[in-house]
Amino acid sequence: MPARTPGRTDGRTPAPGAANAPDPAPAQDPARAAAEEHFEATLAREQRIEPRDWMPDGYRRTLVRQIAQHAHSEIIGMQPEGAWITRAPSLRRKAVLLAKVQDEAGHGLYLYSAAETLGADRQDLTERLVDGRQKYSSIFNYPTLSFADVGVIGWLVDGAAICNQVPLCRSSYGPYARAMVRVCKEESFHQRQGYELLMTMMRGTQAQREMVQDAVDRWWWPSLMMFGPPDADSPNTAQSMAWRIKRHTNDELRQRFVDMTVPQAEKLGVTLPDPELRWNEERGHHDFGTPDWDELKRVISGGGPCNAERVERRRAAHEDGAWVREAAAAHAAKQAERSRRAGKEQAA
Amino acid sequence: MTTEDHLHLPPADTAPEGDDRWAFGTGFTDPLHGVDTALPPGADGAALAAYCLALGDDALVLAQRLAQWCTHAPELEEEVALANIGLDLLGQARLLLTRAGQADGSGRDEDRLAYFRDAPEFRNVLLAELPNGDFAHSTARLLALSAWRLALFGRLTGSADPVLAAVAAKGVSELAYHREYAAQWVVRLGDGTDESHRRMQEAVDALWPRLGELLAVSATERRAVDEGFGADPAAVNEEFEAVMRQVLDAAGLRDPGPLLPGEPAGRLGAHSEYLAPLLDEMQSVARAHPEATW
Repeated sequence: MPARTPGRTDGRTPAPGAANAPDPAPAQDPARAAAEEHFEATLAREQRIEPRDWMPDGYRRTLVRQIAQHAHSEIIGMQPEGAWITRAPSLRRKAVLLAKVQDEAGHGLYLYSAAETLGADRQDLTERLVDGRQKYSSIFNYPTLSFADVGVIGWLVDGAAICNQVPLCRSSYGPYARAMVRVCKEESFHQRQGYELLMTMMRGTQAQREMVQDAVDRWWWPSLMMFGPPDADSPNTAQSMAWRIKRHTNDELRQRFVDMTVPQAEKLGVTLPDPELRWNEERGHHDFGTPDWDELKRVISGGGPCNAERVERRRAAHEDGAWVREAAAAHAAKQAERSRRAGKEQAA
Repeated sequence: MTTEDHLHLPPADTAPEGDDRWAFGTGFTDPLHGVDTALPPGADGAALAAYCLALGDDALVLAQRLAQWCTHAPELEEEVALANIGLDLLGQARLLLTRAGQADGSGRDEDRLAYFRDAPEFRNVLLAELPNGDFAHSTARLLALSAWRLALFGRLTGSADPVLAAVAAKGVSELAYHREYAAQWVVRLGDGTDESHRRMQEAVDALWPRLGELLAVSATERRAVDEGFGADPAAVNEEFEAVMRQVLDAAGLRDPGPLLPGEPAGRLGAHSEYLAPLLDEMQSVARAHPEATW
């Protein structure tokens, strides 16, 4: 029998942003001590923590922050690609792109639901996003300038996301891990679709090949930044790994992505814009240059080319839709009242 | 999907395509599998092509309008639903345009017809091309077009053209969902708050005069009925009107009055000022690179 929520004083209302703050541990409370022991033992056995299990406040806060950030990234990530749906140059590409952007909305939904199992509320998380209190992946603050960007986002951005997310399928929090299994499956399909578009374009006209190379040049470094700052500068990694939320460091995942992508670039016939990129026989990995970490900091803190418009678009959709959501709630309440009255009359 | 902690992605360009790899599907399965696509003996190819083009253009242009909702919808569930409906319509458009290109003997494929015709060559009804307006206007329009199209497709399943019959058979279940989705929103908004009621009533009032064009019977449609591959407009219109009034009643909305057949404007290529910019956007990349393959 798992130990369940002794006293439930573990902070059902998460405070994202206060992640990793030490829990005030009442060491003398035996029920709490047993719960903690059970939590640690579950992690040690590589089993899953489920929504009703006791968990430390910091674990809950870290997860809410991470899952919300991930959900926000899916939703904001609809914008750069969504901008090309109406202009897709064939009806098949239009259908593929529309289906992909629809999948991203679906991923956002699963992830917000996973966050809700931790006591968070989708509406509240959305407000945190549009108020700039919660972040999303910095990659979506770059513009999409040609249709080749759609392919390159599929190949590189979804490819990087998959590297980040496949280990999360083994994350210690059950609902998150299960959501990630489904997300990863779909993302890997998106990645292949993107790569297939680029292959087709590379076999096309000279202008198409130039478009692809230009898009690769623009997206390569931002894609490497998707793994976050270098390990030495990533304060939350150690705790997240101890909690088995995270499985690998940022630098390990970045290396994996580079090693995976280089042969794909060769096959495609594009050049990755890094003069330092070469195979290192001794390490058994590719060496590569250092991303511009100042740029990453700048983009994360709001100074990227599209930060303001991405958040503004989301804010506008949320606010413009308020009357619709209010109407749906009002209608549901009226319907419930009508059923209640009808039930009463029937009883009388 | 393995949850093991390493990546065994097959080379991206060799992976099989499959609908099950999408969260919601794309309707990429071939509904014409096993259907004889030869023209029915004695059929007037030009008349069949004109009919398919009209129905294909309705779907294509409305799909384009629905795609414009993307990232603007009032809730994430609506993002998913509107994209889903857009995908269904896009799928219908692709099949119908392909059929039109076969039937008229021109050999034009779906992309040639979608991307390299100008506005006067499009045959959609004007209702499909109007700007989205707010969510009330969009759902009112979606209700009208899906109710009309469902009434039509239900009858086209018996079309003398086996392709049109197969497209209709697939489309019926899609359109039933579209109509249900739109009707539910018309009811929610009509019944919801004072503001939503006001907006929905305005949308219905604005919609009503536009419905005359849907009820009009163009030469293309008359010919299709005579040839045996079209559906009887009188029966379609009767079902359509009944559905519209039933939904208005359930939503507590004022019935704007009798519906009168108007002129078949879009079916003759006479469009509003809104179609050309919609096509400019849709066709911009394809026309900038006419030699390209995508």
